[in-house]
Amino acid sequence: MTTFARTTARSGETYRVTRSRRNVAWTGLGALVVVVVLALFPFIVYSGTTTIMVQAFIILTMASMWNLLAGYAGLVSVGQQGFVGLGAYFVLFLNIHSLSMFTALPIAAVGCGVAAVPLWWLVSRLRSGYFAIATWVLATTIELIIERFPSLGSGTGMSLPHTPNVSSAVLEAYTYWIGLAVTVVALGSVYLLLRGRLGLVLTAVRDDEVAARSSGVRVGLARMLVFVVAGIGCGAAGALLAISQLIVQPSAVFSVSWTAEMAFAVIIGGLGTIEGPILGTIVYMVLQQTLASYNAWYLIILGLVAMVIAIFARRGLWGLIDEHLHVRLFPVGYWLWEPGTGRRPRRRAVTPP
Amino acid sequence: MVWVNDVIQGILIGGLYALFACGLSLMFGVMKVVNLAHGDLAVIGAYIAVGVIAITHIPVLWSFVIVVPLMAVLGYVLQRTVIQASLDRSILTTLLVTFGLSVVIENALLEFVSANSHSLGANNAIITDSFSIGSQITIAYLLLLIFVVAVVVLLGLQFFLYRSNYGRMIRAVADDKEAAQLSGIDYRHVFGIAAAIAFGTVALAGIAYGMYSQFAPTTGTDTILLFAFAAVVIGGLGSLWGTLLGGVVLGVAQAIGAQISGSDEFLAGYLVFLAVLVLRPQGLIARRGAS
Amino acid sequence: MSTPGDDERGEGGRAPADGTASAAAGRPVNGTSLLEVRGLTVHHGQLRALDHVSLRVFPGEVYAIIGANGAGKSTLLRTIAGLHRPTEGSILFDGADVTRTRPERRAIGGIVMVPEGRRLFESLTVEENLQVGATHARSGPWTIEHVYELFTWMKDRRAQRTAQLSGGEQQSVAIGRALVANPRVLLLDELSLGLAPVVVQRIYAMLPQILATGLTVLLVEQDVSQALRVASHLQCLLEGRTTLEGRPSDLTPEQVEVAYFGLRSASAGQGSEALWSGSTTSYRGS
Repeated sequence: MTTFARTTARSGETYRVTRSRRNVAWTGLGALVVVVVLALFPFIVYSGTTTIMVQAFIILTMASMWNLLAGYAGLVSVGQQGFVGLGAYFVLFLNIHSLSMFTALPIAAVGCGVAAVPLWWLVSRLRSGYFAIATWVLATTIELIIERFPSLGSGTGMSLPHTPNVSSAVLEAYTYWIGLAVTVVALGSVYLLLRGRLGLVLTAVRDDEVAARSSGVRVGLARMLVFVVAGIGCGAAGALLAISQLIVQPSAVFSVSWTAEMAFAVIIGGLGTIEGPILGTIVYMVLQQTLASYNAWYLIILGLVAMVIAIFARRGLWGLIDEHLHVRLFPVGYWLWEPGTGRRPRRRAVTPP
Repeated sequence: MVWVNDVIQGILIGGLYALFACGLSLMFGVMKVVNLAHGDLAVIGAYIAVGVIAITHIPVLWSFVIVVPLMAVLGYVLQRTVIQASLDRSILTTLLVTFGLSVVIENALLEFVSANSHSLGANNAIITDSFSIGSQITIAYLLLLIFVVAVVVLLGLQFFLYRSNYGRMIRAVADDKEAAQLSGIDYRHVFGIAAAIAFGTVALAGIAYGMYSQFAPTTGTDTILLFAFAAVVIGGLGSLWGTLLGGVVLGVAQAIGAQISGSDEFLAGYLVFLAVLVLRPQGLIARRGAS
Repeated sequence: MSTPGDDERGEGGRAPADGTASAAAGRPVNGTSLLEVRGLTVHHGQLRALDHVSLRVFPGEVYAIIGANGAGKSTLLRTIAGLHRPTEGSILFDGADVTRTRPERRAIGGIVMVPEGRRLFESLTVEENLQVGATHARSGPWTIEHVYELFTWMKDRRAQRTAQLSGGEQQSVAIGRALVANPRVLLLDELSLGLAPVVVQRIYAMLPQILATGLTVLLVEQDVSQALRVASHLQCLLEGRTTLEGRPSDLTPEQVEVAYFGLRSASAGQGSEALWSGSTTSYRGS
């Protein structure tokens, strides 16, 4: 007359939990090949292409940072351009004081990371929408403050005074390589961070913040770390921008369009997936190149596509690919293998998004 | 004594800021949507007014008769379709979508209307004249009119929300939309009404701004959005009259900042905004465990 | 034990396997139910909260759903009210299929729920809460004035914000808000939650007056003794499945205990204390 609950775990049988379905070594090898090939570009292709690649590196770096913020930590920042500008101005400042712009880049990145800490303190307690606006206000405020310094060019900006004494082709190559390095470090760092404790913490918080807190998870610390890392990344991108343009103008480096571009790239490519920013950057660059002569159009189209994808395909283009092919280039989730199922797992147990 | 004049200017322009802000406050209060495209909607209202005036030759001061209802309908439709769809996904999605909307609107305006500034007609005496009190204080009729309009709108909103059936429904939905459903209320329709009001008021504010100053495609985000937000934040979330207070404080801060140094006008406002965020973020702090 | 889904039989529902209780007695043999749930299955994400649950509520009944925490009781009520979409199964109201109907339309049609935890509109006054409830009311005997007569203290405090009321008073306002809509079926979700026993008793004492106006009540209650006192028919859920059904008078305490806890054999006394003490120190949610 009575029925009672069927327990799910039968004792004595073991479940396996693995990192990825396939051997991730293949992906690592593939990534290495790609990086090596890219590194050879300056020897293979025209300088026009490397210039475009540098643009792509900038967008990709920013996109992976914005993805970390919004897709994993749930922090929608509309003020990352503040760090972009800050990074650019760090390079300008250091260059004015006779430091090579290439050496200035890592310093600028770290400087932005340091600056991110007090800025985080200002905005950390705010709810999502107000957090977004506050970051925007911060970025604008930073811009206005920097514009007050004539030594930095005030409102009109300034060219980098001490550029290396080499041919433009060599300069382009150096710029390209440092851009490649920045991108590889950025993507690699994000991957390693998410694969480790931070990734687990962020997933737990996203699923159930209260439960995470009561399990002892330092939620605030995790978010701050993400904010700082994103600050470093966007600062590096800004520094790269300064190096590639050889001039720093406030309205250009602090433009909110940077946030628009990195956000759209991420949304289209796939919010909350590591592969997403890569795909999104490719889409972005393709659109930009094809519509280059129609200035505002690529942002219009990008924006509309991003809006549609945000509503109808939350995980973007990569999410669509992932759903149908179950591919993960950069696995950060886990697969649960039910006993006796051999090589094919029944279903995914824990995945980030 | 120049200060007094500036402070008065600041107070009066606070009315305009409040007019910008009340729609934002309403949308957040009722549906928890932070509309990042809010400023751009004001600009659209101004551009529509330009078009309407060009076509119908209606006097500038009466352009709102056509533009405001038009924007209100647009608001209802946009809310029931795009914004509701985003809301159904998550708060994050609404931020992304409204941000996307903002960028799309601005670039579309840049594309179709060019980047030049426009202004809404300066022929009318009301718009350009001013009167003086004593030798130090000069008040432009337009600014005074805008302030009065802002107060009237706020009064109207207050009356609507607290004395009418519809207003009560809106407040109920804002409190607990699920419980409102259980009482037979379609909250999506109520959201639409709230959005319609928000779009209508911000369009009115956009027209006012267009008469008072110049506007361009990027004015929405350069200027208006942040001012509207600052007014809401400084005045305290969830309070209609708070937006007036916030607007006034912002206006006065800007006026004083302009006195200190011409280029510091906006900076002063933002610093006050940041100060409030840090010192008195009432209603802005994420409650532990709340989504 | 009841077998869900055997509504095909002409009887009110079921013939229990042990044959000791007759669930059909007292209910119209071939009558049309006012509210009928067939094979309802509801998921919360991957968790199956309800598993092929069925019930039929006839006009004028007080139908109680009991069960331990997490059994799925509130989920059942919320799904009937329209706040959850079932994965499988259907809900019929007065013969019409309302499974896909939006909650506000169900409320307008006559299925009104008093939600768990009261869920009053906190920034509104008592009277405004009632007025909201009456916004899309059907015609019927219940008006705001009538509610004031039922809860005599309310009229004097009708201008107060509901946040200032006690738990029992808030519960009364919540019930009043549902009543002024003139429902045909009133869904009561865990009335006793967080309230002192004497308050709970007082509220349940109102039930006859409510029923007298022609309403039907479907309630969820964690306090089993309270449920048994007021119900004309009851069903017990355990982990989303029906474990017992019948008239209170036909069921023994042991049967209920076994169904409630899902024990193979009930040892009287072990679970009884918690069940029969009428304790309201209950856990939240079900």
